[in-house]
Amino acid sequence: MASARLKVPKKAKKGDIITVKSLIKHKMETGQRKGKDGKKIPRKIIKNVTATYNGATVFSADWWPSISANPFLSFKLKATESGTVEVKWTDDNDKVVSKSAKIAVS
Amino acid sequence: MKAKENAEQDLNSVSRRGFFRTAGAGAVAAASVSLAPTVASADAKMMEAAIMKATGGAKTKSGRVSMKTPIIAENGGVVPIIISVDSPMTDADHVKSVSIFVQNNPNPEVATFNFTPACGQAEVKVNCRMAKTSKVVAVANMSDGSAYRSEKDIKVTIGGCGG
Repeated sequence: MASARLKVPKKAKKGDIITVKSLIKHKMETGQRKGKDGKKIPRKIIKNVTATYNGATVFSADWWPSISANPFLSFKLKATESGTVEVKWTDDNDKVVSKSAKIAVS
Repeated sequence: MKAKENAEQDLNSVSRRGFFRTAGAGAVAAASVSLAPTVASADAKMMEAAIMKATGGAKTKSGRVSMKTPIIAENGGVVPIIISVDSPMTDADHVKSVSIFVQNNPNPEVATFNFTPACGQAEVKVNCRMAKTSKVVAVANMSDGSAYRSEKDIKVTIGGCGG
């Protein structure tokens, strides 16, 4: 797939609500566009985004073709312990791209 | 005349919130889109059916869900939407999921976001595609089985579904 970015604050106090920002480069081909031959270009999108915090799934998104190309997604997370936030993007062919970021919680 | 002034006001107030760069007189003219009432459409029926499916049959109530959207989207390919749901996000009382629907898209479903109490706050920001001016609906499913919705009308000057 393509390049992905994940932004998580480096530090947080226990109990803080932090914002996780993610971005991935992807055409998100809707399946509606017609090619030069007049035939519809098949759909090819990222269908799922799943976030884990120290291995536990905390948030996920199921996407349809109406999500914009190069999809940006941000969500909230309660900082409870130091560790790793990981985001995995899965496309229609079940290919996965993942990015992780560390957070220090005091 | 007054309608145009109001449209300009809307444009200015939204641009102050930074949703999109001011597009000037051209956009205001283009934004005076036909305000003819939409025919109670196949689109609306399809969307309501999808909403029913998302709530597991629960009827949606108003309240608790708020949506921040531009009033006019100059680019239908990228329409930023922020959804917040009023919820303590505890194990006993939290938002389980939020779904977005765009009535006049080829398919009304846009996304479903699945939350856990670990999120602390039920808020998401995402960019959506809109084929044309449409009603946009956000539906929240709560841990107690109840469902809430918020609706917005977003005008689109250049559609963005690629069809």
